[in-house]
Amino acid sequence: MANFYLDTPALKYHLNHPLMRRIVELKERNFRDKDKYDYAPVDFEDAMDSYSKVLEIVGEICGDIIAPNAESVDKEGASCGDGHAYYAEGTKQNLDAVRSAGLMGVAMPRRFGGLNFPVVPYMMAADMVSRSDAGFENLWGLQDCAETLYEFGTEEQCARYITRVCQGETMSMDLTEPDAGSDLQSVMLKATFDEKENCWRLNGVKRFITNGDSDIHLVLARSEEGTRDGRGLSMFIYDKRNGGVLVRRIENKMGIKGSPTCELVFKDAKAELCGERRLGLIKYVMALMNGARLGIAAQSVGLSQAAYNEALAYARDRKQFGKAIIEFPAVFEMLSLMKAKLDASRSLLYETSRFVDVYKALDDIAKERKLTPEERQEQRKYSKMADSFTPLSKGLGSEFANQNTYDCIQIHGGSGFMKDYACERLYRDARITSIYEGTTQLQVIAAIRYVTTGAYLTKIREYESEEVKCELASFKERVKQMTDKYAAAVDAVVNAKDQEYLDFMSRRLVEMAGYIIMSHLILRDGTKASELFEDSAKVFVRYAEAEVEKHCSFISSFRQEDLAGYRK
Amino acid sequence: MGLKIIVLAKQVPDTRNVGKDAMKADGTINRAALPAIFNPEDLNALEQALRLKDVYPGTTVSILTMGPGRASEIIREGLFRGADCGYLLTDRAFAGADTLATSYALSVAVKKIGDFDLIIGGRQAIDGDTAQVGPQVAEKLGIPQVTYVEEILKVENGKVLVKRHIDGGVETVEAPMPLLLTVNGSAAPCRPRNAKLLQKYKYATSKSERTEETKHLELLETRPYLDITEWGVADVDGDVKQCGLSGSPTKVKSIQNIVFMAKECKQLTGSDNDVEDLIKELLSNHTIG
Repeated sequence: MANFYLDTPALKYHLNHPLMRRIVELKERNFRDKDKYDYAPVDFEDAMDSYSKVLEIVGEICGDIIAPNAESVDKEGASCGDGHAYYAEGTKQNLDAVRSAGLMGVAMPRRFGGLNFPVVPYMMAADMVSRSDAGFENLWGLQDCAETLYEFGTEEQCARYITRVCQGETMSMDLTEPDAGSDLQSVMLKATFDEKENCWRLNGVKRFITNGDSDIHLVLARSEEGTRDGRGLSMFIYDKRNGGVLVRRIENKMGIKGSPTCELVFKDAKAELCGERRLGLIKYVMALMNGARLGIAAQSVGLSQAAYNEALAYARDRKQFGKAIIEFPAVFEMLSLMKAKLDASRSLLYETSRFVDVYKALDDIAKERKLTPEERQEQRKYSKMADSFTPLSKGLGSEFANQNTYDCIQIHGGSGFMKDYACERLYRDARITSIYEGTTQLQVIAAIRYVTTGAYLTKIREYESEEVKCELASFKERVKQMTDKYAAAVDAVVNAKDQEYLDFMSRRLVEMAGYIIMSHLILRDGTKASELFEDSAKVFVRYAEAEVEKHCSFISSFRQEDLAGYRK
Repeated sequence: MGLKIIVLAKQVPDTRNVGKDAMKADGTINRAALPAIFNPEDLNALEQALRLKDVYPGTTVSILTMGPGRASEIIREGLFRGADCGYLLTDRAFAGADTLATSYALSVAVKKIGDFDLIIGGRQAIDGDTAQVGPQVAEKLGIPQVTYVEEILKVENGKVLVKRHIDGGVETVEAPMPLLLTVNGSAAPCRPRNAKLLQKYKYATSKSERTEETKHLELLETRPYLDITEWGVADVDGDVKQCGLSGSPTKVKSIQNIVFMAKECKQLTGSDNDVEDLIKELLSNHTIG
């Protein structure tokens, strides 16, 4: 009888951010849908009320169905046979529930049967689903692919496919191949045009495909014969109803076992082109990945929440040396830090989601009419911030999820190592978050340009001008000092004009930027809702300060020639 | 083949999580301390109705409930899950009804609604636990009834094939329509609220709920489905004498507030013998088994 929305007031707090007024305005365009669709909002308050009420439905399904099923889903796992992948029994129940609640196509426009929700409430749903069962989030969250179809497909393709997604069909994005993991430019799956049938045919193998037996696939394939790089790749839509793709095997994974990870064999599979030829990787997959990365950031936050809840409950319950272990500093410090990392990464997730919302809504408006110069400027501003914040949110959020599930087991002691408690599942499930959709190392590569161009620093200085409550003023000062040190470290590394040295130091620089940004966000939260976040704000700033200090010390005492000792 | 289905539902205090303040000093239920919910087995009944709607296009599902104005909440809950409309029976004259007066009121309301193929209700409500209202409604309407329903298997040629839960097993029975069914809590749980339906019906209100502060009253003009039908005794041509307290032969003599005392505990050593004795004791006093 738990409701994961109502029991986590942080979600409602983040939902009510002032920027939501602008987001709803852009997304609903003067509420023009209200006379066309009986479920469209009539004004801003109505829209916000609907988001909140629908999130209550999600919270109820998570608490009553998905979370209770998680243990059996993990145990049973997905299976494979006759060229298909099969879900565990609990997964089927979960899918039935989200379908009948109308939670497929959450962010899609109403004309295709979607709810037309902004990214913020959509990510909140992902946050809760992940807290319940991170593996199920993958299946449900792959509705994200519809976003890519919507952005780059024709209106006719959208009407055919997105409508089906909104009715409950699942999707997958078929990118990885045995020899093309992080390096997607090497994709070899062959697409040839069948003149006779006037369609494309796909041949080859894809590997590590999440939910690879889905109804509708987006496939990255080489359409330009003789090419070897990303510019020869195009994006295709494969419809399972047409046949031609078999699941050869599914992976035996460490975690997220409910989500089948498939090896697919394409044999003359009929497919249609999505968007333009040659733009598959360089434009469409990049867009797809940004959406997916935000999804993994939400998955990480959900896992952090689950880990914190499990650890807190155990620490209150478990007695040693005559008292509950939560009373020992060694334990309560761990718990406070878990909570601080959870709150900070969640704040970053929703800040990023808001940036994505503004620019995507403007992009969509631009399909209908020319944007005004002010709107174009707004679009550029938010698009840049979304691009710069997404790798931080995914990269650092997933690292925090790993740290939190690790600490969750630590608090459980020996019991945490046993299969009896949820924490070991969370630990296994969290491990992939810092790997897929781009490893943390790749997030650093995506983020480092915003370090060197000073984009992060500009945004940080902007945050500095926000007022904080007086109890947090000294912490704000400390963040300013951290920022000065960060800026000096960036200058030192950049001025060395040595690419390898910069690459070597980039994770430290990106982490510092991320910790400082999260510090500002959590100080803002602690000011606006002190009962929820003030403790976390103080704990997080102390943590961030020590981390920044550590990185600066490493950088300042490091000489470029020391690199030689690291090369293997 | 579209069916006309009426689901009988009741708003009840949530007696499943009873705290210390559940009863008032005078022995009556402290409704303020217990949240009002959709009676659980009525949700199982609603699910059976909605499944028929999924299978037989054109089927309509109406919710009928009796209670104070705020009982409209469960009609909205039903609309959010896929019901088509709701009827709220509310009148001072209905108050204080026992099962006889309740079934009388429901049966006259059903007649007022008119044509129907099926009436489906939960087996019993968690506040009274009598399981009498469903069967009495069938009697008053002069239609057959099947109780303890687990699943409706099919509807064909005016007949319904039903699996019912009986002691030690299940039995499958067939009955002609119009028919009344009462559904067990062990039947399929009700589907969740649907995001679109919630947004469509969230402003649905009954007349007595509306005040000047009610949001978006203007929508009632263009969206008639937002008006939940509300009926008093006169609207359903009811006989006041058979309604509410005056129509209720059941008289409550007294209610005792039983508080379990901590001293009613027993120390066990954990030995095999003690555990076995405990199992035997619990079995013999029907705490388990």
